[in-house]
Amino acid sequence: MNPLHLIFTEILQVLIVLTVAPAFTGWVDMLKCWTQGRASAGVMQPYRNIAKLFVKDVVLAQNASWIFRFTPYFVFSTAVVAASVIPVISMNLFLAPSADIIVLIALFATARFFTALAGMDIGTAFGGMGSSREMMIASLAEPAILMSIFTVSLAGRSTSLLHIVQTFSGGVLVFRPSIVFAAIAFVLVVIAEAGRIPVDNPATHLELTMVHEAMILEYSGRHLALMEWGAMLRFFLFVTLGIACFLPWGIAATDNVVEIAAAVFLMLIKLAVIGGVVVLIETGLAKMRLFRLTEFLGAAFLMATLGVIAFFILE
Amino acid sequence: MISPIELSIFSVAAFIIPVIFVMAAGVTKRLLIHVSFSVSALASLIIAIAGFMAVAGGVTEQIILPLGLPALPFHLRLDQLSGFFLFVVGLLSFIVSVYSIGYVSGLAADRPVKRLIVFYNLFIAAMFMVILADDALCFMVSWEVMAASSYFLVMFEDGKSENRRAAYLYMVMAHIGAILILLSFGVMAGIATGLDSFTGYTFDAMREARFPLKWATVAFLLSFFGFAAKAGVIPFHVWLPEAHPVAPSNVSALMSGVMLKTAIYGIVRITFDIIGVFPWWWGALVLVFGLVSAVMGVLYALMQHDLKKLLAYHSVENIGIILIGIGLSMIFTSFNLPAMAALALIAGLYHTMNHAMFKGLLFMGAGAILNATHERNMDEMGGLIRYMPWTSVFFLIGCISISALPPFNGFVSEWLTFQAFLLSPSLPSPLMKLLIPLGAALLALTGALAAACFVKVFGVIFLGNWRGHNPPVAAEAGWSMRIGMMLAALTCLCFGILPSVIIDWMDNISANLLGATLNTTAGVYGWMWLTPVDPERASYSGPLVLVGIVAVCAITYVLLHVRPGKISRVPVWDCGFQKLNNKMQYNSISFSMPFRRIFGYLFDIKEQIRLSPQPGHPAFPEMQHYYLRIRDRFWGWIYKPFINIVVLLSRKAGMLQHGRIHLYLIYSFVTIIFLLALL
Repeated sequence: MNPLHLIFTEILQVLIVLTVAPAFTGWVDMLKCWTQGRASAGVMQPYRNIAKLFVKDVVLAQNASWIFRFTPYFVFSTAVVAASVIPVISMNLFLAPSADIIVLIALFATARFFTALAGMDIGTAFGGMGSSREMMIASLAEPAILMSIFTVSLAGRSTSLLHIVQTFSGGVLVFRPSIVFAAIAFVLVVIAEAGRIPVDNPATHLELTMVHEAMILEYSGRHLALMEWGAMLRFFLFVTLGIACFLPWGIAATDNVVEIAAAVFLMLIKLAVIGGVVVLIETGLAKMRLFRLTEFLGAAFLMATLGVIAFFILE
Repeated sequence: MISPIELSIFSVAAFIIPVIFVMAAGVTKRLLIHVSFSVSALASLIIAIAGFMAVAGGVTEQIILPLGLPALPFHLRLDQLSGFFLFVVGLLSFIVSVYSIGYVSGLAADRPVKRLIVFYNLFIAAMFMVILADDALCFMVSWEVMAASSYFLVMFEDGKSENRRAAYLYMVMAHIGAILILLSFGVMAGIATGLDSFTGYTFDAMREARFPLKWATVAFLLSFFGFAAKAGVIPFHVWLPEAHPVAPSNVSALMSGVMLKTAIYGIVRITFDIIGVFPWWWGALVLVFGLVSAVMGVLYALMQHDLKKLLAYHSVENIGIILIGIGLSMIFTSFNLPAMAALALIAGLYHTMNHAMFKGLLFMGAGAILNATHERNMDEMGGLIRYMPWTSVFFLIGCISISALPPFNGFVSEWLTFQAFLLSPSLPSPLMKLLIPLGAALLALTGALAAACFVKVFGVIFLGNWRGHNPPVAAEAGWSMRIGMMLAALTCLCFGILPSVIIDWMDNISANLLGATLNTTAGVYGWMWLTPVDPERASYSGPLVLVGIVAVCAITYVLLHVRPGKISRVPVWDCGFQKLNNKMQYNSISFSMPFRRIFGYLFDIKEQIRLSPQPGHPAFPEMQHYYLRIRDRFWGWIYKPFINIVVLLSRKAGMLQHGRIHLYLIYSFVTIIFLLALL
């Protein structure tokens, strides 16, 4: 394969992820407005928000340390690195072997580690509260997401995403109970990891319900733009990670332009549908009390464990 | 050309130089500290190099010293396993000795340092001897010297009753462990040659012997629990959170970083090398103890607000993670799957090395913080990143490494352990196929909780504002302490981004013990990629991830600074409240509150809130008192009843002692009559 094509595919994919991620968040917000009978600001609103924030000046708290200023760049760059590794539109990614699924999850965890530190940097109670809650949710979500990934890797005989995509998309659509359980668990965990209702409400600034927003409350200007964009990328990447694991059909296997275009088109359709599902979940449920999340994430863990058991017993 | 084993023996002997130097009269404290710690640093570095060469060379050397009993002189042996542990112990001892120059100078003002220097050197030398020993006598003698010298180091500040109590507890636990290990050697020597000859006490004779399963199991259980008491495996961990906080920080770094590892060395040596053949349930036992220690250790750590106690509980956690790797390796070995056993063993040993580095680094950082603030309670600190910029960076690297986050070293070994877990479908037993993945989930929980814990540690100590009553007087650590921490931080980074190179080197250990290596697959993509099983299955490239993150950070930074933007520094927005004070920040107790709610049933928690109501306005209390006490359940479950029984029995026995001479005469008389009648 032509090395130039490889680099071109890699760059194309990163650019597509960077540009489509805000639109995906905008799409979800728009659908949500519609289902709730409100007028929506349109798919483009997140772009306008980010553009506005990039133009604004930064206001920093007096006691902010370098951790606070470094974190937005770090969070954004882990998302970009993840975008170059997950097969979103193409399987011809020369960077993909540099990280398997476990590394990806750990990369997201590193970004969260720094976000939580930034939350504690200013020394306000809000920031600390957000960090504490976020780390609590993360530590309960981690076993569930790992078990879910475990099931997929057992079925795909690999933790490398490329290999999993190749194995699954090569075959026909078969109903595998283990994968179904793993997929359910994955959906529940992604809701928690991406901070969506019923775990966290991304649209609120109310102290009782804030988790992610509480940590980034003190950010402004370009720092806030990077944090917001990073959060959108994170949501988008978790969804594409789910697509790669559970619905990999249509991801381009060669560097044929037509095939890549078809892959992009198919990805947009999948995303549109998944956005609809997310909206149905968010509209149908109320935000949970913080300490009921153990049950929610416990259910996710149970589903994932059932996936492993189903794999060994039924397959 | 001097061989590695001779090099290490001469270097161990060099540790006597500082001890003699202490006795020399007319030496100033300053000179004494500089010379003696430089000598120990140099000797440790040489041993680390010797160990490195022994592993790389792949040869085994033996030597008999003209010391010890007439029938049983000290046998020494340097093979790949002992070479690896010499490297780990030597490297950390080198770093900590460099650090100690500055740290001990800070202590020297008001305390006698001579004792510290003598026992510090004896302690390190004894650790090297434990690893080099090739017979039970030499092993036990070194083991006891190690225990005794570390006892005196824990007792360093013997003015406080808390410290004396901690040291006593440590001594008791160390001796229970030592007795079990000695019994285990006795069993093995008895099987090897019978009890009438001393030659059975050499490890060579034990290796030759074929143990019947029953006796092998007895020997294994005795030695495993003996070593577990030293390693701090739950439920034998009680001495750790007592002894580590009270020892000087350089000693805590060594005790936690490498002394616990000598127990890991003992377990690997006895199971894989000396006994060699074992049933699967031994591995399952080690795995279960490892999992319990990992999860419980990190949960207990999360509840602490004393920095050094917290780090001590993290040692329990990490010993658990190491045992997970070793237990998996034993299971794979017992089912005759050497390649998989090699992966699991290397994962465990890699974590051994990593834990030595980052825990050493964190304890050194704790020492620097302690020196600067004279405070161990995290809830009295805050905002130290502004006073100690260097220390904060090194400490942050330690925090990221121990939280198993890429691209630092803790992540690599946990990733390898996960890969070992993923190989469990190859096991023949269906029950184990089902249960072992649950272990991986527990490991994931451990990692995530560790990350939460270190967000708390770093956030509360270094970020935010100072919480203490007096204004902070903290200042940056001295040059030698900074160099020590920097070396450890660099090692953490190197082990994190160059795992394939290091695993190629470590392959000799598994080749020697298990007859299988990873190197057939480790270098397929080149040194940048780590592919432990095969490239199709899993791959990780630390350097690329690091370069990617750094590059994107730099590009984003440059792009965002093309247009000159203004940064204005303003006070924190307090919603118009105007009475924000530093006590209102989240502290370690409030940070861990959600975890207390969720996992509280695992602890013995007493929480009280007392309100002092205002006379006339009962709804607006004048003051609130918050009281929280968290205790280890194991103390109440296991140790308390045991201690009670011992005390009760001694009371009963004490009834015989009245202190009256005629009663004692009657006792003797009755005994003599009884014995005469019996004979």
